[in-house]
Amino acid sequence: MTELPRLPAAGGCRDTPILKQRGQREVFCGLTGIIWLHRKMQDAFFLVIGSRTCAHLLQSAAGVMIFAEPRFGTAILEETDLAGLADAQDELDKVVDELLTRRPDIKQLFLVGSCPSEVIKLDLSKAAERMTQRHAPSVRVLNFSGSGIETTFTQGEDACLASMVPVLPDTKERQLLLVGALPDVVEEQAIGLLEAMGIGPIKVLPAPRADDDLGVGKGTVYALTQPFLGDTHDALTRRGARHIPAPFPFGEEGTTGWLAAIATEFGVAPDLFEKVTAAPRARARKAIAQAAEALNGKSIFFFPDSQLEIPLARFLTRECGMDAIEVGAPFIHKGIVGPDLDLLATGPTISEGQDVDLQLDRAKAAKPDLTVCGLGLANPLEAEGLATKWAIELVFTPVHFYEQAGDLAGLFSRPIRRANLLKLEAAE
Amino acid sequence: MKLTVWTYEGPPHVGAMRVATGMTDLHYVLHAPQGDTYADLLFTMIERRDHRPPVTYTTFQARDLGADTANLFKQAAQDAYDRFKPQAIIVGASCTAELIQDDPGGMAETMGLPVPTIPLELPSYQRKENFGADETFFQIVKTLAKPMERTKQITANLIGPTALGFRHRDDIQEVTALLSDMGISVNVVAPMTSSPADIALMGAAHFNVLMYPETAESAARWMERELGQSYTKIVPIGVGATRDFVNEVAEMTGVAPYLDTSRLRLPWYSKSVDSTYLTGKRVFLFGDGTHVLAAARVAQDEMGFEVVGMGCYNREMARPVRAKAKEMGIEATITDDYLEVERTIEALQPEMILGTQMERHIGKRLGIPCAVISAPVHVQDFPARYSPQMGIEGANVIFDTWVHPLVMGLEEHLLHMFREDFEFHDAAGPSHHGGHSPLADAGGPAPQTPRDISSQEKMQGVDVIWLPAAEKELKKIPFFVRGKARRNTEVFATERGVAEISVDTLYEAKAHYAR
Repeated sequence: MTELPRLPAAGGCRDTPILKQRGQREVFCGLTGIIWLHRKMQDAFFLVIGSRTCAHLLQSAAGVMIFAEPRFGTAILEETDLAGLADAQDELDKVVDELLTRRPDIKQLFLVGSCPSEVIKLDLSKAAERMTQRHAPSVRVLNFSGSGIETTFTQGEDACLASMVPVLPDTKERQLLLVGALPDVVEEQAIGLLEAMGIGPIKVLPAPRADDDLGVGKGTVYALTQPFLGDTHDALTRRGARHIPAPFPFGEEGTTGWLAAIATEFGVAPDLFEKVTAAPRARARKAIAQAAEALNGKSIFFFPDSQLEIPLARFLTRECGMDAIEVGAPFIHKGIVGPDLDLLATGPTISEGQDVDLQLDRAKAAKPDLTVCGLGLANPLEAEGLATKWAIELVFTPVHFYEQAGDLAGLFSRPIRRANLLKLEAAE
Repeated sequence: MKLTVWTYEGPPHVGAMRVATGMTDLHYVLHAPQGDTYADLLFTMIERRDHRPPVTYTTFQARDLGADTANLFKQAAQDAYDRFKPQAIIVGASCTAELIQDDPGGMAETMGLPVPTIPLELPSYQRKENFGADETFFQIVKTLAKPMERTKQITANLIGPTALGFRHRDDIQEVTALLSDMGISVNVVAPMTSSPADIALMGAAHFNVLMYPETAESAARWMERELGQSYTKIVPIGVGATRDFVNEVAEMTGVAPYLDTSRLRLPWYSKSVDSTYLTGKRVFLFGDGTHVLAAARVAQDEMGFEVVGMGCYNREMARPVRAKAKEMGIEATITDDYLEVERTIEALQPEMILGTQMERHIGKRLGIPCAVISAPVHVQDFPARYSPQMGIEGANVIFDTWVHPLVMGLEEHLLHMFREDFEFHDAAGPSHHGGHSPLADAGGPAPQTPRDISSQEKMQGVDVIWLPAAEKELKKIPFFVRGKARRNTEVFATERGVAEISVDTLYEAKAHYAR
């Protein structure tokens, strides 16, 4: 029989009081999600209606400048748009016409709201409706907000996926929907495991192309692959679909727990589950054990960033032997990360939101062996002698499910191994 | 509303950050939503800075908008002062905060902080990063610098270097050495390296060296007017410009001109026979105005290249760049539209691009070698080694950097002779580069090529067709000159009303353009 993850004897963190502070937050806005979403949806274009800052963020956050013309761009608001000299809706029509003429391969266009477009109350849903009619049936136009006043980092993906749910066709079919933008290789592994258990049909949101026959309805049950999809969760529930709560598929335990929740829903026989998962589970354990050698007994401190913090803390403490000092997340949605909180043993401070200066004081006082933080903080902390792991890599790298569990542990062990490897002082 | 894919400059508050981050003991309180904190990573990642930029963002959210963002600002300013105890504070708004009109400058003044508080007005929807840096430095100087007694010996301020500048770190050292050789010492280097207390001492210098007009011209003009300090107009990038700079400083100060050329290698390297292959290489220049103007002179007079196109992205420098282009008999491209720059390069088919990181990507796509001469910068523009652009060592660095992407002298001939060789073929690229230069069609994960809706602006060549034999013959020409051969042949054919290009047309064109 497959052994499922056991709850910690001393209790989990679900009811741990959450530390909430209000101050400067050192986080990205939701526009950042466009960087990976535009690679995932191959016929989609993301048009940010914003300022030069938005355009600058997108190219800086990408860290690299992709040499081909990317499938995202910014309609930069100018003085005339703000002063009411030009009708912003007319201007937007012009920009979209120009764009669609230039890119006839585009089938889905997302109008993405930003801080400035929201402050001037530019109605993008009205624009999206008008444009959908104008460009139907070749292009579907949707809108969502990636603004920094409404969204934090990965919430941009959530807002994007949530915007797609209401326009999905109705279906009564009994189906499993996997929700979250994953690298193709990882997605295929998950589908492979589930199909081997006889589960199907399996659909994925976001689909790689707009014309994929994806519907949703009362027969749909869905599993989230990312913990930051709160609004998408609510939107799917409103369409009659039902959520399968589970720990997130990071590490061997998380993946097993996640698969088991779905298997139970579909009535998969225990020995079939065991047969399908035994080999990859053993591989995952072995790979984790190798990478975890450097992590065992080391302490870790999470700054809030991607909302992956709680599931990752669960993985690193339970499977890699680390001690969590503080687990900070921008938001904590207990309906979604509850199963992970149950598995995370009490001890660490759980914090939501941020006052970055106070949190830095805590981190410096605690001197963790590894600090997970954003790119703005990493080098300054390294300069003070703290090993760091940039959080953004966790959303760009394949880290889900069994075959990537070792890679996931490796992302955390590499900074520690490197610190041990470098000998930059004179010999004795 | 303007559709933008990539931008050359950030918003003006990023310019202000470049000033603040370059300085010490100054703090910037920026009224901005949370996403704007991305700008920190420009400094900590691209420039590998080991400190957070001295910026406190108010990080207001939607729910604050209906309530009290003004109070949030005051709290942030007070907290920043208490925590960092700066000598001076600059305050301003990013694009979103500009719209909610809280007047951070006015609020900060009423708070009675015990240090100078300098309000910044940086119109986010009209201006850009360089303006932001220039205006911020100007406001700081205007507030803090006062007329005062000059130093006994002749001294200069070096003005313009900022955080995230293209080789500013090393240019400071090089210019300091140039002046030192003439017996002139440096009073203050600003904004980079200085504190507000240092800025207050700027009036003691006899003159200013304006290193980068983009970021310090307003301050230079103000100091000339109010502090009686003249400033240098020549930017010492390249051998000729460095010599002229030395003479300019000599004239301004009455000191005898002196330039130590014992380490200068560019002139001999350029004369030595191996460099013959550089003769008439067709280059396209793009970047900020200052670096492009300097590069135009170096390219033409010191490397023997042919400049076939040039331009800049900062409109503030449009006039001098246009004038220089006219002098060279070409048209200037003044634009911040990346796609327009790409179209221009595609049409001109240069053999090399001297540009920014953005043109490096254009070059990669089109298979044209590129060397970087200007911001915007990438992590590799902050090399560990000493690598200035200015002065004697700057000239040496420029020679190496510009020659590096090219296929070198004899190799060019060998590639031509053995073009069917399995290793020494067309697409192998220069042998001193580890990898292989990408083929035009090896786009990796690149998406579908967009349809070009601007074909009417393209080369006249589109009307001419290539006969299969000529096309085949063209492929025998080594890749690094093939673009030029194609373009020359098409122009040649179009001018003569030839609609079909045969092998003969190809060789007639070759004879016509022989040099």
